[in-house]
Amino acid sequence: MEQSKEMQTFPGNQTAHAPVEIDSHSCTGCNMCVNICPQDVFLPNPTKGSPPVIAFPEECWYEGICVETCPVAGTMKLVQPMMKRVRWKRKKTGEHFRL
Amino acid sequence: MKPVSMEWPYPIKYGEETEMSADVLVLGGGIAGCWAAISAARKGANVLLVEKTATKKSGMGGTGGDHWHYAIESPFCPLDSEEFAQALVDNHKGYNNGIARYIQCRDSYETLLELEAMGAKTRDTEDEFAGAEFRDEETKFLYTYDYVNKYTLRVWGTTFKPVLYRECKRLGVTILDRVMATRLLTDEDDQTRVVGATGVHTRTGGFYVFSAKATILCMAYPGRQWIFSDGNGGMASFPPPTNAGDGHAMAWEAGAELTMMERSVSGMNGTDGGNGVPAYMMGTHANTWYPCTLVDAEGREIPWIDRDGVRIETVSDRCMPAKGQKFFLMGGGVSAAPHPGIYEYMAPRPLMKEMLDEGKLTLPIYADLPSMPEMERKVIFGMMVGEEAKTKIPVVQTLRDAGFDPSQDLLQSYHMIGLSDWLRPPAPSCWRRMGFNPGGPLVDWDLKTSLDGLYAAGDQVFAGNDHSHAATTGRWVGKRASEYASGSAPGRVSRAQVDREKERVYAPTRRKEGVLWQEFNAAVCKVMQDYCGGVRNKSMLNLGLLTMREIQNREMEEVYARNPKELMRVLESFSILSVGEAILHASLAREASSATLHFMRSDFPALDPPEWNKFITIAKKAGRVEVGELPFNYWLPFRENYDKSNKS
Repeated sequence: MEQSKEMQTFPGNQTAHAPVEIDSHSCTGCNMCVNICPQDVFLPNPTKGSPPVIAFPEECWYEGICVETCPVAGTMKLVQPMMKRVRWKRKKTGEHFRL
Repeated sequence: MKPVSMEWPYPIKYGEETEMSADVLVLGGGIAGCWAAISAARKGANVLLVEKTATKKSGMGGTGGDHWHYAIESPFCPLDSEEFAQALVDNHKGYNNGIARYIQCRDSYETLLELEAMGAKTRDTEDEFAGAEFRDEETKFLYTYDYVNKYTLRVWGTTFKPVLYRECKRLGVTILDRVMATRLLTDEDDQTRVVGATGVHTRTGGFYVFSAKATILCMAYPGRQWIFSDGNGGMASFPPPTNAGDGHAMAWEAGAELTMMERSVSGMNGTDGGNGVPAYMMGTHANTWYPCTLVDAEGREIPWIDRDGVRIETVSDRCMPAKGQKFFLMGGGVSAAPHPGIYEYMAPRPLMKEMLDEGKLTLPIYADLPSMPEMERKVIFGMMVGEEAKTKIPVVQTLRDAGFDPSQDLLQSYHMIGLSDWLRPPAPSCWRRMGFNPGGPLVDWDLKTSLDGLYAAGDQVFAGNDHSHAATTGRWVGKRASEYASGSAPGRVSRAQVDREKERVYAPTRRKEGVLWQEFNAAVCKVMQDYCGGVRNKSMLNLGLLTMREIQNREMEEVYARNPKELMRVLESFSILSVGEAILHASLAREASSATLHFMRSDFPALDPPEWNKFITIAKKAGRVEVGELPFNYWLPFRENYDKSNKS
């Protein structure tokens, strides 16, 4: 059977622009996040040592296992998309906040 | 994110076969699957666990769990397992799995102790909650909901999955990650016996043939069945999107009997098809947040009432049974929500809908954590919200990093079950989901299905429920499957079945254009919405079946997959079609409406007529669907049957 390797990623087609932000300076490209993701949204970067590619961002379950698993603190951040940014209010002052 | 041009980074192995055999094959590496594997391995079986994603953190329980239900046999719970299991059945007017519930009640506490011995944190060892009303001082276990009867415990569920995974490995279980099980294999000479399964690697597309003496289905219950979002796929359901009903489809296609498949609920468990807020990331009084005080936009506290409408004055009293009531039931799955359970077990609640409808409250509503007694506040935000699945990072860490302070801030409510139409109109009744206590494979006291060699546990059994249900049933079935395996000869895997399955699985990889999986999934959902939605009748159900058949004969031949990951999604979508077919058949078979099952037939509008108070079973054999029935409570008596099955 023919091997199929073609693929593209199309950022911008998805509703949520980026479920996870990865700090490229502190990321070592260990790919632990790639291998633990329960929806397999990442692919290892073709450039070794670089942050993984978020190949299927629209499939992210937003549970944060990647963030929890990353061995370098502060490298990964779960980003709730705009429509999930909940509000709260300071009880004493009535000041409003939003995620 | 910048566009990336790359090649598929894993080797492509379409068509390459790997054969593996074991005494016991566990399909699905979630809570039920891990416990089943551990249990079978303890009995000396050679165990192979096959998981679609990464077992260490897979499934609904992968990210945690806050409630450990029905620890009836704990030293501080005054209730009896038989009465409690019967209460759970009665609260569903009979439509529940009494076998699983009784096993859960009997074994929940001892299973938790075993989990603790593996290294999980199950009790307040750090004394964070010393002196709290919800703590048993002698054992340091924390309980929730009903503080008199203490049947549901608060646990540190984020510690559970990793220790279960470690225990599996310690016991020598072979764990195969990133492999999707696709079809059961039945004996060459005996279609009523399951002898293994097939699988496909989700990164390489390699084919697997598993042969085993006993196979255990632990693949949860179907999702993406009525609602699908391609832009926000991962946000459109509370359980993982990979819970696509593969196990139900496999059981159905192999000819196993299913029951309660006609049950579903409308609404999307707070996710609104991707448009809701993240689970528990909003002010509420319910479930993980119980019994949080609610206030309106003017700061007016919303009063609580008991089942008799009597005002409840204190936070404490929200955790007490009503006058004359032995215990109340609470927690996901205890009742056929949104229908409340029966009066006997009704719980306290905030008087929200009534006051909103009377114009006595100003929206929006907020959770008033600052006003809560300190221990209650601490346990709700930081422990329960934090340990519950999908809350540690997405809710607690995210909110805290943004400056949210539970001692000062009121978190806004967005959507609550049963809230007035003012805040959120009800979802269209055609937007449905399987819900709590969904349909699934029929099982007996060994948790054996109608096929020999095939067992089920967790959300895979009919009317499955929660974390401790998955743990206790997994633990139970692992022993039974192992016993069966040790007393059986291996079955004969049919080459013809394997070849047929390979043809089915790889067909989408040979096409270069056509329909992608998202469109296929959305189309199947549309069939369900149109013909199997809030109100059904014979002609619509038959049109639904006709449309599914047409899709199988036409559009299914046009679906293509550009890489093994897409192939996984394609095969999931095909599972969703199979499950849809089963649901349509079950709906045709029930010629009566049912409030408990949230099942409406316009051609049989009478609600729950007595002659239809029974389980309807369906099974696909040689292309025909056989319909059967079982009486309510067919599993009684509890104790004797439990003991009979538990002999060894």
